[in-house]
Amino acid sequence: MTEPLDKPFTDPAGPGGFPGLDSLEAEIAAAGRRRPSAWHLFLAPTAAIMAFPFVWMLVTSVSTLAETRRFPPQLPHAIQWHNFVDAWTMAPFDRWLLNTTVVAIASVAGNLVFCSLAGYALARLRFIGGNVAFLVILATLMVPFQVVMIPTLLIVRSMGLIDSLGALIVPNLVTPFGIFLLRQFFKTLPVEIEEAARIDGASRVGTLVKVVLPQMKAPLATVAIMTLLWAWNDFLWPLIVIQSPDQMTLPLGLSTFQGAHFTNWPVLMAGTLMSQLPMLVVFVVAQRWFVQSLSVSSGIKG
Amino acid sequence: MQVADQAVSLPVRRASAWERLLASDHLAGWGFTSPAMILIAVFGVAPIAWSVVLSFQRNNLLSGGTWIGFRNYERLMHDPVFAHSVRITVLYTVLFVPISIVLSLAVAVALNRKLWFIRLYRTAIFLPVVASTVAEAILFNWLLDPYFGIVNVALVKLGLPAQSFFQDPSQALFCIVAMTVWGWLGFCVIIYLAALQGIPRELIEAAEIDGATHWRSFQRVQLPLLGPTTLFLVIYLSINALQLFDEIYVTTRGGPLGATTVVVYYLYEQAFQFFEAGYATAIAYVLFLGILALTVVQLLLGRRFVHYRS
Repeated sequence: MTEPLDKPFTDPAGPGGFPGLDSLEAEIAAAGRRRPSAWHLFLAPTAAIMAFPFVWMLVTSVSTLAETRRFPPQLPHAIQWHNFVDAWTMAPFDRWLLNTTVVAIASVAGNLVFCSLAGYALARLRFIGGNVAFLVILATLMVPFQVVMIPTLLIVRSMGLIDSLGALIVPNLVTPFGIFLLRQFFKTLPVEIEEAARIDGASRVGTLVKVVLPQMKAPLATVAIMTLLWAWNDFLWPLIVIQSPDQMTLPLGLSTFQGAHFTNWPVLMAGTLMSQLPMLVVFVVAQRWFVQSLSVSSGIKG
Repeated sequence: MQVADQAVSLPVRRASAWERLLASDHLAGWGFTSPAMILIAVFGVAPIAWSVVLSFQRNNLLSGGTWIGFRNYERLMHDPVFAHSVRITVLYTVLFVPISIVLSLAVAVALNRKLWFIRLYRTAIFLPVVASTVAEAILFNWLLDPYFGIVNVALVKLGLPAQSFFQDPSQALFCIVAMTVWGWLGFCVIIYLAALQGIPRELIEAAEIDGATHWRSFQRVQLPLLGPTTLFLVIYLSINALQLFDEIYVTTRGGPLGATTVVVYYLYEQAFQFFEAGYATAIAYVLFLGILALTVVQLLLGRRFVHYRS
């Protein structure tokens, strides 16, 4: 943070690469063979505590309410699959899942395209107003959402987007942080390759798409994953712009579902589990990318 | 003269203004940035400007507001509920940030080695990162349910008194702290692990060859090298802690008896339950100033205590 802003983010893994855990396995492997260790005494309980809420969500979601009141916890006698069916019929989970997916895909696509274009121009092109544009982006980056929440609501309302998915998509098509992050990474790339492409007659867009972006897979993944997490989990903005159940996203829908079925815990847990399942599966499958993407977001600032 | 002029200008015809513009970066620069800049102007800059106006208005979100000067800010200074919400928010932040930092550092150091089950440990600890705040809050509503929640069932079986958790004014905020520490731990551990990976092994080995114990080498070698990461996490967590809302909305709604009315929840109530949009925006500005001031202080302290490797 003490470094000047213009100093490009230097990355030990090479330009456009991850600074993070790529070498973790190799480095740990080099450190020696596995052997019994006292660290288990700390890690095993910690991991158990961290995982327990998820395990308990799973157990509750297939139990009857009576079965969840036993201690120590026991597995249910018969798996109550109908809890999931009940949740699904009590609330439009399929609609919420579809809405969330649409919002997430649109936001990720918008951010990838617009942040790449703007980030590249701000890193490489010298144009009138470029520095001012960058300063404006930095300024909006600092303002907390609560400050702009109400005016944004009024703007979205005047556009006729209120209570529609448009209200969730359009303001999130581009994020100042995405532009900033990509700009810093574009600056780390060697400019000679781009110059060569230009001399060979490639257009600016062609250079960006065919030459530059392929070197930016890791930072682009960071932008995509951070936008995905945001779109999938955002609550406050949907809460104030969406009223109709059929326009809700999963977090908002889930909170209304809780309000309606507060004491029916097995069904509530079944609904919560269903809403979290897609992201949990994506995370377990693509854990490496998630982990690396999140660590990139700190490297850029620290 | 004329002949000489022609001799110079004919072979290399000077580009027209339009061609020069095309060849320069100006058009391309704005072509590339304008989609993003239009969106940022409409949904970033305009709302910021508008919010300044709004904070000087009485505005119920339905009709146009009336200008009331600084009265929102004056009211804010004498509003005991706001003062209370600031105290609650500060208390939450003071608890949440240090606990998260210490715990995640310990876990990251523990995870930074080759062990049996290391993948399992890491997955379990990272998993809450992808859980939405709403799901997290509903989950803890269930775990900490005073009547049927597993935590109370366990307490009673162990012969301890059952607790009211979110329904007890003296416990609710601590439950919120515990819940959000759980939700954020994975993120903090990921950041610390990445930083630990960046520390050259030779540095630690050198310290240990010189006779330093594990604890000593951690204290004197690793901890100082993690300074910039710690500073980042302290700032990032503080900013998020001061803006706490989702978990409060889903668990306690500011209660019981205002025990968890954090600033953003109070702001939300003012804007969307009492339709005091002007007053709510004034609260948001005070929050913004608070965040800004805290970040500046943290950066200045960081400059003094954190050492950067060149």
